[in-house]
Amino acid sequence: MRREPPQRLADYGPLFFPAGMLIVFFVVPFATMIAVSVFQREQGGFYTPAFVFDNYARFLSLFFGKVLGFSLFLAIAVAAACVVIGIPFTYLLSRSPRRIQIVWLVALLSILSLSEVMIGFAWSTLFSRTAGITNLLVWLGLMAQAQALTPSFGAVMTAMTYQAFPYTVLVLYPALVRLDPTLTEAARTLGASPVKAFFTVVVPALRNTILATLIMVFIFALGSYLLPQLLGRPQHWTLSVLITDQAIYQSNMPFAAAMAVFLVLVSLGLVGLALYAGQQRQAK
Amino acid sequence: MSGLNLNHVTKQFGNFTAVNDVSLSVPDGTFVCLLGPSGCGKTTLMRMIAGLDLPTKGSIELGGADITAVPTHKRDLGMVFQSLALFPHLTVGENIAYSLRIRGTPKDVQKKRVDELLAMIHLPGFADRSVAKLSGGQRQRVAIARALAISPKLFLLDEPLSALDAKLREAMQVELRQLQQRLGITTIVVTHDQREAMTMADTVVVMNSGEIRQAAAPVDIYRRPADSFVADFIGQTNLLPVVADSAGRASVLGEMIEGISLPTGAAKGLLSVRPEDVQLTAAGHGAIAGTVTFIRDLGGAIETFVEASGTQVIAVSSPRNRPDVSVGQSVGIRLDPATSVVLAR
Repeated sequence: MRREPPQRLADYGPLFFPAGMLIVFFVVPFATMIAVSVFQREQGGFYTPAFVFDNYARFLSLFFGKVLGFSLFLAIAVAAACVVIGIPFTYLLSRSPRRIQIVWLVALLSILSLSEVMIGFAWSTLFSRTAGITNLLVWLGLMAQAQALTPSFGAVMTAMTYQAFPYTVLVLYPALVRLDPTLTEAARTLGASPVKAFFTVVVPALRNTILATLIMVFIFALGSYLLPQLLGRPQHWTLSVLITDQAIYQSNMPFAAAMAVFLVLVSLGLVGLALYAGQQRQAK
Repeated sequence: MSGLNLNHVTKQFGNFTAVNDVSLSVPDGTFVCLLGPSGCGKTTLMRMIAGLDLPTKGSIELGGADITAVPTHKRDLGMVFQSLALFPHLTVGENIAYSLRIRGTPKDVQKKRVDELLAMIHLPGFADRSVAKLSGGQRQRVAIARALAISPKLFLLDEPLSALDAKLREAMQVELRQLQQRLGITTIVVTHDQREAMTMADTVVVMNSGEIRQAAAPVDIYRRPADSFVADFIGQTNLLPVVADSAGRASVLGEMIEGISLPTGAAKGLLSVRPEDVQLTAAGHGAIAGTVTFIRDLGGAIETFVEASGTQVIAVSSPRNRPDVSVGQSVGIRLDPATSVVLAR
């Protein structure tokens, strides 16, 4: 079938509803947020319309720079961890019998039904001194004494990776299922060991999917504000935690909005950079 | 013993026996076609030779060494897959050089070899192209060049030409055979196309239900099929019932025929007669009586369908020897014992 570009306004009809939804639920709130970010805060009250850059100027400090840097670092680390664990896992999953695949996919989907709060408290119990996994290690004789693993950076990383992992698998799965299994077999007949075949054929052939997964998990992790508070120390708090703090507890909407806008711009910039780098390598 | 030897190779998938006790000896430098209908075990047999599947029982030897347990990547073979399996993220040159790169061959040697192979497959200067932009025939050639890059001991092709259109396929068959003869490489091709097998092979191995039914030169397979399956699968044939009386004299469709006999003790058999060996004459005089039911004039050949005692006999003749018959006419059928084969029923 030949697809022709839409000719008349009516041809765009099917787009009206999604476009409307997008405007109402995304464009308008985001525009409001940008507007609020330049408003003047009123001490003890709310805010008054204005056009000042005080809110932006306020976080041009070492403190906010560090928090932003840590937020980006954490999001990148979670994205990398998810992809590094997710690719071999999904690869093996896509090659296993149908029944095993269904069981795993259902289990992963059910993780999505858990709220961030539940995941956070579950992990803080698992990492605690009194009821945590270290008790199991003591029982096995691997550790002398049970100890608390939280709050720590490792705990934050683990819980965030756990939370983002189902998304990683769901994005990678279709691409890996579609990947021609004879590609690896061909690599093996050409002299590559199974591990070498995986790294020289499967990973490069999935480059775009992997890049997309990295970006998705990165953005997902950037918005996490509960897990760093529940499982981390104050130095592990992300910009999202500070935004929540400013918006809800300090009722400083303009400053929270400015931080949010800034975070969006920085992450958009990083995503653009990643896409650009991906295209450069493809053009090579 | 050199060459490739399969000794009592069996492959079972659960309760299903895909390959059943197959033994085959392939001398160095021969071109073998594994031929059979789909599901006959030919691809499984090839995958075991490649090491992609492990035999349940039996052993495989290559050049005198037992390779049954040797993993695929240490077998030094070249294989062309049905899907071709060209690596989409690599250029034509990188695809061909893959096996050399994996083995750590220096870059300049790789480049030289790629140019050599591209010249061999008549695609010089294609090294930097993307494989996605090639035509079907070009992709086919690249897959062949990639498999031959390390000059393997064994060249395996799994239905390599099935994706090509009929004309290109025939041209590639001839080209592949010429290439194999020039390189003198032991080659095994899996195919379900008997014309392809007849064109290319030194030895055709006809398989059915996981077993080898006959392994012989193409002409022998055609002229002296080992059983009715082979006779029916290779080319067109008439399979006519043969019965023997108490004195051991054989008759076909109610007519005694001199020179045809059943194995001692057998009362029934089948006679395989190729359509081009069926001769139509006037009725009577010891010929099998029949009636012409249909004539198909294909231009290059004329097929005459004759019904004799409830059995359909097809005769093929060239336009030069066009039989002077019409539908509904009574004719006589003559069979030459020299070109007929008696098979067990």
